[in-house]
Amino acid sequence: MAIVEMQKLSICANKKHRKKVLETLQNLGVMEVDTVHIDDPDLKKMDTASMRNTFVKSAESFDRALKLLAVYAPENRKGIAALNGRDPVARAKLSQVVDDRQKYLDDMTQVLHADKEMTECRGNITKDETMIAALSPWLKLGVPLGFTGTKTTAALIGTLPDPITDDALYAQASAGLEEPVCVSAEVISSSNEMTCISVLCLKRDEARVEENLRTIGFARPAQLADGIPRELTATAETDIEAQKKKISELESEIASFGKEREEFRIAADYYRTRAEKYKLLGTIPQSEKCFFLEGWVTKDKADRVAKLLTERYGALVETEKKADDEMEPTVLHNNRFSEPAEAILESYGLPQHGRVDPTCIMSIFYVIFFGMMLSDAGYGILMFITCAILLKKYTNMDSGLKRMLKLFFWCGLSTTFWGFMYGGFFGDAIDTVAKTFFGCTGDTILKPLWFEPLSNPMRLLVWCMLFGVIHLYTGLGIKGYEMLKSHDVKGFICDIVSWYMFLTGLIFLLLPSDLFASISGMSFHFPAFVGQLSKWVTIIGMVIILLMSGRGRKNWALRIALGAYDLYGVTSWLSDVLSYSRLLALGLATGVIANVINLMASMFGGGVVGAILFVVIFIFGHLLNIGINALGAYVHTNRLQYVEFFGKFYDAGGRPFKPFHTEDKYIEIKEEQVL
Amino acid sequence: MSMGMVWAILGAALSTALAGIGSAWGVGIAGQAAAGVVSEDPDQFAKVLLLQLLPGTQGIYGLLVTFITLSRIGILGGTQITDTHTGMMYFFACLPIAIVGLISAYHQGKTSVASIGLVAKKPDQFGKAMLFPAMVETYAILSLLVSILAVTNI
Repeated sequence: MAIVEMQKLSICANKKHRKKVLETLQNLGVMEVDTVHIDDPDLKKMDTASMRNTFVKSAESFDRALKLLAVYAPENRKGIAALNGRDPVARAKLSQVVDDRQKYLDDMTQVLHADKEMTECRGNITKDETMIAALSPWLKLGVPLGFTGTKTTAALIGTLPDPITDDALYAQASAGLEEPVCVSAEVISSSNEMTCISVLCLKRDEARVEENLRTIGFARPAQLADGIPRELTATAETDIEAQKKKISELESEIASFGKEREEFRIAADYYRTRAEKYKLLGTIPQSEKCFFLEGWVTKDKADRVAKLLTERYGALVETEKKADDEMEPTVLHNNRFSEPAEAILESYGLPQHGRVDPTCIMSIFYVIFFGMMLSDAGYGILMFITCAILLKKYTNMDSGLKRMLKLFFWCGLSTTFWGFMYGGFFGDAIDTVAKTFFGCTGDTILKPLWFEPLSNPMRLLVWCMLFGVIHLYTGLGIKGYEMLKSHDVKGFICDIVSWYMFLTGLIFLLLPSDLFASISGMSFHFPAFVGQLSKWVTIIGMVIILLMSGRGRKNWALRIALGAYDLYGVTSWLSDVLSYSRLLALGLATGVIANVINLMASMFGGGVVGAILFVVIFIFGHLLNIGINALGAYVHTNRLQYVEFFGKFYDAGGRPFKPFHTEDKYIEIKEEQVL
Repeated sequence: MSMGMVWAILGAALSTALAGIGSAWGVGIAGQAAAGVVSEDPDQFAKVLLLQLLPGTQGIYGLLVTFITLSRIGILGGTQITDTHTGMMYFFACLPIAIVGLISAYHQGKTSVASIGLVAKKPDQFGKAMLFPAMVETYAILSLLVSILAVTNI
């Protein structure tokens, strides 16, 4: 349970080793490089932005190609994808891919190109389909749509808004023409939106006929491809077939690169890592022959890093003192039980150096409180067994996920413990089954080791508040420990001891009172001297707080006023303690809902049908209950830590450690141990 | 059947109904925001789903109080009520979770919407984002506790 000590190193090496030194540091991933403190006007920095962009682009293109491969050449991987983690890759394989990177770049380009062509093909198909749709009313027309007539005749091809018969059309077109009337009128197709017509007449009558038709809304068709509609449609259909064939060819072309998936992954990560290296390179000050680096390493590794760089590359490595305006990054180190709870701490904020790392203490309370809230032995067993199996089976999973599962493993154990204490095993499943299917009508079979919460909620509420007081006192104690560590004895007595005295005294005054007895149904009888003692302890604590809280102020009136205000803070203690009633409420919620599920499941009585329905409702209902209550327990355990516990002593403000490392999204290099 | 039973069942029904309405409302508005985030960034699905579910607990608390009430007034167990004023006591005992469940679930839903927005912009701040809706829930838990204590001690 501690914050790992950090050491600042400064490195100076010959430029010819620049690549090697940076690569070594990147592969080790143990140093947070920081060069802002070296400013010497003689040192120059390289402009690496364009190189970096090229690499970033390559990495992104590989990512895109991989996504395409996932679509057209789906991968058969065993198990749950999210738990598989990154693929382990041997260094030899990595260097082979790096050596052949040009080939993979070409292949990747081919994949992306095929995808681009596919998009074009799809565009063509859409275009063809639009044309076919537009031509469909004209299919009966034997001449091109743009046909205007022969030497002596004029053709009027177009649409009318309303339906019309051939005869009516003929009458309308030929109205007012001189004899002999030479007009041929034909309705080609008719639908709700429009009627397609073609009218032939002599050239001399063209103006008149068109005029006649215009009165009923004749319009020439919007520009369509020139040609006979039937032929055009046929061409478009063949084209669609061809495009579809091409698409499937392109698909299989992409799929044929499926076997290079691993290489693509390696290459993507390689380019990402290189981009990261160039980003750093751009910030490194360099002279004509040398380059300079500074950064943070954990203290235990500092010597070995220094030795490695000195021996291999003749670098000059010196340990540096932390500058005043600098803050070292925070790395936590905890035992196996507490380590998973670091994730909980991290999402609140890391502690600063010189402060206490509360992970270990927090993890104990975390596991206990989680268990009290979920509090069902069946759920607990299910939870820790699932976590154990997943952890065993997927050894390679993402470290964040692994930590979460480990935490839930412990929480599952604690849930089991509290479940047996409260007598809950999938609610009252054992009794329900015994009663429904075996006709037992006796006492409850699974008796709680402690007591059943629903039969005496007040008693459990008092216990929950006691746990709350212990939790909060621990928080206050950590603050006191920090004060003692920085030799602030006066502060320790005025701010910590005084509160312990005041609160403990108050509690001991409250316990024997009638008020408490009537609320909780418990009565305490202390000897008379305890009452006297607690009265005086309370008063002394109160006076210290009143007089000493504002000890920084000269003005006594102000000082007392501040003290009185601080004393008023006792109400916040009250609300903090009451907040632990959620331990009871959520514990009850799990148990009672589980009972409701059992009740519903057993409604169909005994027998085979009853048993089948029982199993179905039981499984479905309890899975739902686990889900919703585990979420509740997780959220509210976090809250008790963040708000009540941390509120007493903790202010984050630490900076996370961001070592210069390889940017691996897909792969994990199996490294020979150098450090 | 006495008038007392009517009062008691009215209380039991209201605690599930009102708290359930609140939860449905809260989960509903949070779900709209969550779907919006997933449309942009499908990787955030699990996180925003958890945030969406947070206002769902009030409905469960309501159900809890209903069940405890029913199991004490002779519907699912216990003894029938014979006088009106005991029934009214059950009714009023159910009110805290019914009313606070309704209102707190709605507001928790709105807070969840804001937290979902936070996760969309800063996925690494999930721990903090989860805490804001949980704060609202405190009051539902307190009223649940009062309802349970009152019902079990009538």
